[in-house]
Amino acid sequence: MGITSSTALWYASRATGVVALVLLTAVLVLGIMVTRKRSLPGLPRFGTTGLHRNLSLLAVAFVALHVLTAIADPFVTIGIAAAVIPFTSPYETLWVGLGAVSLDLMGALVVTSLLRARIGRRTWRAVHWLGYAAWPVALAHSVWSSKDLQHGWLLYLGISCAAAVVLAAAWRLAAALVQPRRAELPAATLARLERTHRPGYARTGAR
Amino acid sequence: MPDRARLRLNPVACAGHGACAELLPELIGLDEWGYPLVADGEIPAALERPARRAVAACPALALRLTSR
Amino acid sequence: MSAPNAAATAGLPAVPAGPAAACRTAAGLPRLLAGPPAGPDPQAALADHLNGQGHLPRRLDSSALLAEVTAAGLAGRGGAAFPAARKLAAVRSAAGGPAVVVANGAEGEPASCKDAALLWHAPHLVLDGLQLAAAACGADTAVVCLHGGRQGLRWHLEAAIGARRAAGLDALAVQVRELPPRFLAGEETALVGYLDGGAAVPAFKQHRVFERGAGGRPTLVQNVETLAHLALIARHGAAWFRAVGTSAEPGSVLCTVTGADGSTRVAEAALGTGIGELLSVDDSVQAVLAGGYHGGWLTPGQARALRLSNADLKPAGAFVGAGVLAALPAGVCGLAETAAVVRYLALESAGQCGPCLNGLPSIAAALATLARPRPARAELANLRRWSGLVTGRGACHHPDGTVRFVSSALRVFAAEIAAHAGGRCTARAGAAFLPVPAAAAAESDWR
Repeated sequence: MGITSSTALWYASRATGVVALVLLTAVLVLGIMVTRKRSLPGLPRFGTTGLHRNLSLLAVAFVALHVLTAIADPFVTIGIAAAVIPFTSPYETLWVGLGAVSLDLMGALVVTSLLRARIGRRTWRAVHWLGYAAWPVALAHSVWSSKDLQHGWLLYLGISCAAAVVLAAAWRLAAALVQPRRAELPAATLARLERTHRPGYARTGAR
Repeated sequence: MPDRARLRLNPVACAGHGACAELLPELIGLDEWGYPLVADGEIPAALERPARRAVAACPALALRLTSR
Repeated sequence: MSAPNAAATAGLPAVPAGPAAACRTAAGLPRLLAGPPAGPDPQAALADHLNGQGHLPRRLDSSALLAEVTAAGLAGRGGAAFPAARKLAAVRSAAGGPAVVVANGAEGEPASCKDAALLWHAPHLVLDGLQLAAAACGADTAVVCLHGGRQGLRWHLEAAIGARRAAGLDALAVQVRELPPRFLAGEETALVGYLDGGAAVPAFKQHRVFERGAGGRPTLVQNVETLAHLALIARHGAAWFRAVGTSAEPGSVLCTVTGADGSTRVAEAALGTGIGELLSVDDSVQAVLAGGYHGGWLTPGQARALRLSNADLKPAGAFVGAGVLAALPAGVCGLAETAAVVRYLALESAGQCGPCLNGLPSIAAALATLARPRPARAELANLRRWSGLVTGRGACHHPDGTVRFVSSALRVFAAEIAAHAGGRCTARAGAAFLPVPAAAAAESDWR
């Protein structure tokens, strides 16, 4: 069976979906690297933040294409409304619904990030935590709304993305558990200096 | 003559990421603990765009451009 | 006498009444400490206050009061010496809802107890001043903030407030709040943060608290002693206030004076009084601390020559601050004392700003090394570098004040540093001299 004009949209939707998933995985891992103040080899410090932001915009573009091709495709009945209002699609109500949830969360992240100078640190940060929710929802949508990621090399791709996120999140959690609370920081810093007589530095900023 | 902007750092929000020092080395340096040393005074016209970039780059939103 | 004993059970040094409390070299003293201390009977204490100080003028126009305070040149007595009239005017003219006025009795400085002594001896002067300030600012909320843990004082103050309410004296109800016993809890943004339900840590704000403070409303935070002076200015006028003190720094100030024998007393002195008249600086005195733990050490020669004024003390690397004067006896290691205090100051950092969080412990560790009689030359260069790196880079003035204290120690105890580098310490005594309370250790210590 070759690719006709009607199936082209369906294939495009599935392909852009896969690319979006990979990009979103990279965005989440990079976001964690920014928090942990790590830089990528060969890139300056700002490179991590810059790449995180640029890839997130690229991911938005691919998600937009993924959604638009799915809506335009006559093979499946997914309307515009179903793309943003969860669980209103007649086709694969649950899994497409999760896709809509993920899209809404991503939308909130991107919009607040573009407006972060206006809305203030606290609000921006609170919304940004939703990223940890958006990704697993997107993964569930990817794995079960079509059978693509359930066998073959796409299965391995899906597992790799999940592994990357789990490892990065575990790393982030470990760092938060190890970091002393703000009020304990001076005592911890002094204790370390008195014990080792070696400089190092204590980090401020939220856990 | 319009007021030139100044850089203002919020030391409580600052977590020492260092992006600002990378993008505006003429006005921002880093101390031995990784925290920014921000030059006082008005920003020269030539550095206004890099200053805006540095402010936008801060992951902690700790740097601001202000007129006072 | 029952009152001084009661004060003693509250953990305060006895404040002798009458001339013993005053500095004899200036007429017109004591002012704040005139009259008997407020005893355990609240009604009697209020009656004594009204008999002794007189009632407040009946119809006191707020703009007239503000003019009087401006003419008097009253400066804040909490340490920063910010002109009181300017703060009052700023809160008065600020938009953003009815104001909040706060009598700041937090007194986080361990070597100071003058605020506690004043609240014990003359609470009604402070409460008069609070009502006057509230009326002048159009405030609808009045709060007295106390150092946490001084139970006796809280009861004493609430009894005084109750007596005033019964007598119909106060236009505005007064709340009493206890702040956590932190060095920084009395800093105005920390205090406002606590009143708003958070931790008592300094904040970096776009607006000063007199524009937007507690609950987003203009907030006047004034030291309790400043308010007490305000109450007297309302009664006697600006010219009377300026009759003592210097022209640049008028009025009287309460001092916590610790002698070389370790005894502490609270005294009221005119600004510009010679330090040697408040404190006996003889050969048994090695150095004098002026201004508390954010102040500076003076040599005995400086202490004998200088006066209690910022004009004299600031060029010498100290300041009046909250009026702490402590004589360090010979035979106690000045470096060890300084190191113990700086360790406390480092642990009392709010831990929010990188330079303070990293710099103060580094400085403390270096001083601890210098305090041991063992050669360690490199520390001096490090200390100078770190002192330069932390100044002005925090959300509050904690690093700046600590650096001032450290710099003065490096200067005044230079001979001791040289001795330690050679492996000797000139001290004889082992026990600590300056009071160093338990520092903060957990999040709950700030709430």
